[in-house]
Amino acid sequence: MGAEEQTVAEDLRARVRALLDQHDPASSDPRDFLAARFDAGLAWVHFPRGSGGLDLPRSFQSQVERDLMAAGAPPGGGPHNGIGMGMAAPTIAAFGTAEQQRKFLRPLFTGEHFYCQLFSEPGAGSDLAGVATRAVRDGDDWIVNGQKVWTSSAQKAQRAILVARTDPTVPKHQGLTYFVLDMTDPGVDVRPLRQITGEAEFNEVFLTDVRVPDANRLGPEGGGWKVATTTLNNERVAIGSMAGVTRETGMIGKVAEAWRAEPQLRNPAMHDELMRLWVEAEVTRLTGLRLRQRLTAGQPGPEGAGMKVAFARLAQAISGFEIELHPESGLQYDDWTMRQPDGVDFTGREPGYRYLRARGNSIEGGTSEILRNTIAERILGLPPEHRVDKELAWKDLDR
Amino acid sequence: MSDLLYSDTEEALRDSVRRLFADRCPPESVMSVYDPAPHDFSDVWHALAADLGMAGLLVPEQLGGAGAGAREAAVVMEEIGRAVAPVPFLSSAVLATVALLEAGDTETVKGLATGSLTAALAVPLPTAPDDAVTGVSVGGDGLTGRVTSVAGASEADVLVVPVAGPDGLELHTVSRDASGVAVSPVLALDMTRPLADVEFSSAASSRVGAAEAAVRAALETGAVLLASEQLGIAQWCFDTTLAYAKQRKQFGRAIGSYQAIKHRLADLWIEVNSAAAAARYAADTCARRDGEATIAAAVAQAYCSGAAVHAAEECVQLHGGIGMTWEYPAHLYLKRAKSDQLAFGTAYRHRTRLAELVDLPVS
Repeated sequence: MGAEEQTVAEDLRARVRALLDQHDPASSDPRDFLAARFDAGLAWVHFPRGSGGLDLPRSFQSQVERDLMAAGAPPGGGPHNGIGMGMAAPTIAAFGTAEQQRKFLRPLFTGEHFYCQLFSEPGAGSDLAGVATRAVRDGDDWIVNGQKVWTSSAQKAQRAILVARTDPTVPKHQGLTYFVLDMTDPGVDVRPLRQITGEAEFNEVFLTDVRVPDANRLGPEGGGWKVATTTLNNERVAIGSMAGVTRETGMIGKVAEAWRAEPQLRNPAMHDELMRLWVEAEVTRLTGLRLRQRLTAGQPGPEGAGMKVAFARLAQAISGFEIELHPESGLQYDDWTMRQPDGVDFTGREPGYRYLRARGNSIEGGTSEILRNTIAERILGLPPEHRVDKELAWKDLDR
Repeated sequence: MSDLLYSDTEEALRDSVRRLFADRCPPESVMSVYDPAPHDFSDVWHALAADLGMAGLLVPEQLGGAGAGAREAAVVMEEIGRAVAPVPFLSSAVLATVALLEAGDTETVKGLATGSLTAALAVPLPTAPDDAVTGVSVGGDGLTGRVTSVAGASEADVLVVPVAGPDGLELHTVSRDASGVAVSPVLALDMTRPLADVEFSSAASSRVGAAEAAVRAALETGAVLLASEQLGIAQWCFDTTLAYAKQRKQFGRAIGSYQAIKHRLADLWIEVNSAAAAARYAADTCARRDGEATIAAAVAQAYCSGAAVHAAEECVQLHGGIGMTWEYPAHLYLKRAKSDQLAFGTAYRHRTRLAELVDLPVS
């Protein structure tokens, strides 16, 4: 660390101490604490001043997070606000006007606004740019109609990031616009979508004449695809980074724990498979660490796609192995009750749940097949697939 | 925390080594190692060892070296892998040098550091860091015994020999030209890292010091740095295959536009990135003598050896017919990668070792 960086780090530590002195996390209301943290520029130090940041390099953020976590401070965005913090916030910071940043980021960070993501549709999964949800201009507002799907936490969200079609007469990537939508609008109908695990992490969201002010548009009209790409790159980094920061965190930890605790489960053939998975998990952890070191400056690019593919493959292999490791309990399941959980609890539940839920890892946030295309075309510079849908107006496509 | 990237100094070092190999041993010329009268690459080794000073990377400054560490040596190994360079860096500047330093030598290493001497550690190349090394016998008239598959013995001036002494393993040095030393080259799967069987019959030697820990340290450092060579091999194979997939056309378009090819390249890219993380972590923990170093070395070997072989196999396959030809250099990398898989123990061996290190017993 150079002398200049030392000075910045010192200054940041002083700011963190001042925040903690004035707002003791143990006795403050979490929302008040987070508001004070935002106003001190310690929400995201790499964001602009006034938008929860101090215009510093992104690399200084992790120290602030560590210090605050050690002091028992509440998590930014409130509990489980992963879409708000991991996807909406960086997108708003990158594309929002100064006024939009002030308006959206503070309530997002305090947890007053829980976010969900209105991207996928029944007819637009891998082909996200094909979304059919329409937004039609009406004075200073847009009127939104359509159906979204795979929306985590829509039932408790106050805000959503939305990709909608504003011009069907141009090729599909050019006719999209990105909005922040108010989920409490009466035209928003949220219905739980039950999945193979028995629970409903996701929802279908029906939008009927929902009014969105033009002031909630992020980026230019017709520029939504570029904005959405920023969100998706952040999402892949978030999913890929589930691989864990210390050794044997996550699923491999559960398997290793069982192997150590229950000698009767062991057999030599499974042992080599266990060690292969252990090595794979450790290398994936290190790869994530290395990616984060490379990303400390700047926005994540498509590189996160590689981590996500690796993480999905690993999670599926380990969870499948774990069922076979337990001949009796592998036949059982912990809970088929339909419930709406706060998030994915990979390690809090039993092997059957992990196995089933991990199937989704190679589908959500871009299937592994689509991500391999992304890697091949966007990182490796291989020629794109032959496509018929790039030149035609969206309305003339075979859908 | 481990820095898994490269410093500016490390990048500068890489540039100088890469330029040397590009000038002096491009793949077309390396191929001659398979000819009955191979090209002599000792000038390339001399340039690397002495002119660029790479032979002394792991030697402390007070002994005439650069006082650098495994991170820098790993970068040299990456470039050696990328060029399949037929230079005895691993055998002399790593294995023999570390063994001698750890055994307390302060004389021979001075010669090694400047590149005026080249040495080889007389253990079979497949020896894993925790394998028992028995050593040759010693009597009143010198050393007697046979060591097979020794890397770099033919190029060495000095053989560094583990010897079964009365109080345990000892390290000795023997001049390769001494009477009673016979070095017989092996016709190897990979001729870019020459192997030889070494026979001692009453050969005169000098005792350096105790060898148990020294040999283990040398093999462990060797295993760590081999992972970086494997990374370099994988990287060359990947880069070359990617370039070919963009340029080769069939059915009226580049083969790299087909998903069957694209997805394999995307997966290989992920694997090469993972190998880079594993290799850098091993090099960094080794350089810092971190408590994790032994585990990191085993993980790197368990992962990178397979990644290099896979990359080389994909390189042959995705090049189609040209990949099978003698003329195209893909086979040099395949042969080196497959042989590297055995060096310092296979991935199976390292997984077994890891199981002990992290308390995941087989039964």
